[in-house]
Amino acid sequence: MSDHHGEDGLAHDPHNAPLSGPALRVKALESLLLEKGLVDARTLDEIVDTYEHKVGPRNGARVVARAWTDAEYKKRLLADATAAIAEFGYIERWAEDMVAVENSPTVRNMVVCTLCSCYPWPVLGLPPSWYKSDAYRARAVLDPRGVLKEFGETVPDDVEVRVWDSTAELRYLVLPERPAGTEGWSEEQLAAIVTRDSMVGVSRVNLPAGMRP
Amino acid sequence: MNGIHDLGGMHGFGPMVIEPGEPLFHAYWESRVFALRLACGFHRKWNADMGRYARECMPPARFLSASYYERGFYALEQLLVASTLINAKELESGQPETKTHGGAVLQPADIPKLVRSRRQMRLDVAVAPHFKVGDKVVARNNNPVGHTRMPRYVRGRHGVIDRDHGVFTFADSHAMTRDKKPQHLYSVRFAATELWGEHASARDSVYVDLWDDHLKTR
Repeated sequence: MSDHHGEDGLAHDPHNAPLSGPALRVKALESLLLEKGLVDARTLDEIVDTYEHKVGPRNGARVVARAWTDAEYKKRLLADATAAIAEFGYIERWAEDMVAVENSPTVRNMVVCTLCSCYPWPVLGLPPSWYKSDAYRARAVLDPRGVLKEFGETVPDDVEVRVWDSTAELRYLVLPERPAGTEGWSEEQLAAIVTRDSMVGVSRVNLPAGMRP
Repeated sequence: MNGIHDLGGMHGFGPMVIEPGEPLFHAYWESRVFALRLACGFHRKWNADMGRYARECMPPARFLSASYYERGFYALEQLLVASTLINAKELESGQPETKTHGGAVLQPADIPKLVRSRRQMRLDVAVAPHFKVGDKVVARNNNPVGHTRMPRYVRGRHGVIDRDHGVFTFADSHAMTRDKKPQHLYSVRFAATELWGEHASARDSVYVDLWDDHLKTR
């Protein structure tokens, strides 16, 4: 485990960098909690490492790819998403309650949490900043088509938009439409093209450039 | 509470800011706030709903100028002091005053299970539902001082029960008194035109998860 967040290119050496503002205050609280024996330092590192490397949208992508290739699985997913996702071991039965909502040529689903930032962590990892932003939380319910346009998605007037506000302990996963041109693809190939944003419902799944028919 | 956190339907926050390939945390301290919140939650001195309420109680002007992790850190400080895991003097000085905790703490080996089962809000108790799928309902015009998961933008609005999720802990009472008040939770469909007026798309709708106590028959 490293103290550095190398992937973002920023130096985050917690021991040497001068601290100010929240960094200083957080460091002070962490030290206090460690001294009081209320938290374990290795556990804190393990939590961060888990969400950085082990839990993320690849989990959800595998669920979507299976639903695209296995009609029986898709039926189970739409009827009881908690149980269907538990088949992968990403959640435990009765733990995190999940609902899967299906996109079609006539229906687009999109997920928000206007009151805080509820998000299906076990299948998508931690949410991106835009999902947690006041702009998204304010606008997704009032102007979903305008928000989708800013994600590059123009929804035709004859398509119905359903916005799911996560106001309880239910977490929503959008089952996006399988793109044309993927006939005969394996579950693994399909999982590789399923994006986080498509499972939140703000974009479609597109074939990577060069693979488009 | 009619708090600043209840953002649904507000104007003025600008366009979506999308950062392609953004890191999970934008600074080291953000990752520590995240981890500290989970590790401190292990002591069960507060539940998830109390945690949300703590964030909502951040003074509004401060709330709006704070980032997601600053809001979370504020709530953590409040919860630690309110639960007496630490005291206010310790928070300010950073120096422990009382003897160390000595009890169990969250261990690295607990993490894999933790990520798969964070919440247990579904209750295995028999409670009769007040409504059934297809029922026409009105969201009550409640304005409680404490925590509520009924957003302002649906209050007094007409909706239809879309699905019954079963019996759940009632977040509103759970946050204030830890009373689980088991009752049915539903997805309620509100037409966009009912919420936002005639200029909204007639096809569109917003689905909000609401409990029996939030609803009445139309």
